[in-house]
Amino acid sequence: MELAKKWIKVTVNGEPRELLIKPNITLLDLLRDYLGLTGAKMACISNSCGACTVILDGMAVKSCSVLAMQAEGSEVLTVEGLAEGDKLHPLQQAFIDHAAFQCGFCTPGKLMSAKALLDENPQPTEEELRRDMEGNLCRCTGYKKYIEAIMDVAQHPVKYSAKEG
Amino acid sequence: MREFEYLRMNTLQEACSLLSEYKEEAKVLAGGQSLLTLLKLNMISPSYLIDIKFIPELNYMDFDEKEGLKMGALTTHRTVEKSPLLKEKFPVLPETELVVASVQTRNWGTIGGTLVHADPIGDIAPPLIVLDSRAKLISADGERTVPLAEFFVDFFMTVVEENELLCEIQIPALPAHTGVDYQKFSTIEAGIKIAGAAVMVSLDDGLCKDAKIALSAVAPVPMRALEAEEILKGKPLDDKLIEQAAQAAAAEADPVTDMHATDEYRRELVKVLVKRAAKMALERAKAA
Repeated sequence: MELAKKWIKVTVNGEPRELLIKPNITLLDLLRDYLGLTGAKMACISNSCGACTVILDGMAVKSCSVLAMQAEGSEVLTVEGLAEGDKLHPLQQAFIDHAAFQCGFCTPGKLMSAKALLDENPQPTEEELRRDMEGNLCRCTGYKKYIEAIMDVAQHPVKYSAKEG
Repeated sequence: MREFEYLRMNTLQEACSLLSEYKEEAKVLAGGQSLLTLLKLNMISPSYLIDIKFIPELNYMDFDEKEGLKMGALTTHRTVEKSPLLKEKFPVLPETELVVASVQTRNWGTIGGTLVHADPIGDIAPPLIVLDSRAKLISADGERTVPLAEFFVDFFMTVVEENELLCEIQIPALPAHTGVDYQKFSTIEAGIKIAGAAVMVSLDDGLCKDAKIALSAVAPVPMRALEAEEILKGKPLDDKLIEQAAQAAAAEADPVTDMHATDEYRRELVKVLVKRAAKMALERAKAA
């Protein structure tokens, strides 16, 4: 059964896009395969690890478990949309300053979850932050540096907005 | 994923009509946090995917002092987690949501979708069951309401018929001096749950007027521990009685041995979790 492709209108990193896609693909497939935005990663296939996390209409979601068609009419922010030209997002800068990542595979997911979190709750306690980052697993680092980096941004917003890329 | 025809619904009526037409050839998509994994692994291959996620009339939360709470099936887990209304009226629900999956899953996944998926390890079903919740089902032929305690039939199976949709969850107003708590255990915080226990106790004149105990991950369905409930009912609750009830609940449980835990370990956890949840529920009932 050869089924028809469908048009989907979605704004990605501020840019309105119109794509012809097969309905049986995920948002992750759309981002990686149709738009070449390979920051979001496929890792666990079981909706468990968060490496595919992007921000959909302001909410962190696991793009591997959102049907692409459900993003119709929505705004998606990926890691590629964080920096403003050469100026890194405060979280990106903090991750570098704190040596928060090792292999970097989980990092885009971590950035997007952290951004969504801080956008909603700019001053989390460490306990809240650790709890709300549970959906982003990391096999390399042991989590500590990521948490320190995010807490640093939360506690010193001025320091990070003043830094040049 | 195998191919399917994707159909986005705008109204409940549309959805019911198509479900009547396609029946078992169709699957209903809400948040897809359980369904997408099944589709990606080709464990299911519907010809039609009926997307109900964006039907406005299924996303609401209304409370009435007498009637209690009515929430649309598309209410997301995150909405429940953050709801000031629920924190006030049914605090066990936002508390439980803090241990449901992850923020990302809760942002997109819905209460209705989770209930219909009927995974026995689900955290939200046991508290809803002990709160005496009801599930409203709707189809092109009409509607019916089923107590949530009777909603689950077997692993991943519910009473929802091929042409039916779960549209609303109803929770009656809590009687005075009622307390509810949910305790779960998993080896890592966001990991697969090994066992969970929800307990509701309702006090009248120092005696336990009513008690409900629902367990997750220790049976094919979120099960009631009926004998344990009988031990508590009509008596003044003390540590010794709670201990007895916890033992009974552990004996009633029907857990499996799998890669996460043995059946013995799960039974032992039921004993501990029922005791903790009952003590917390009792404290809350006294304070209420």
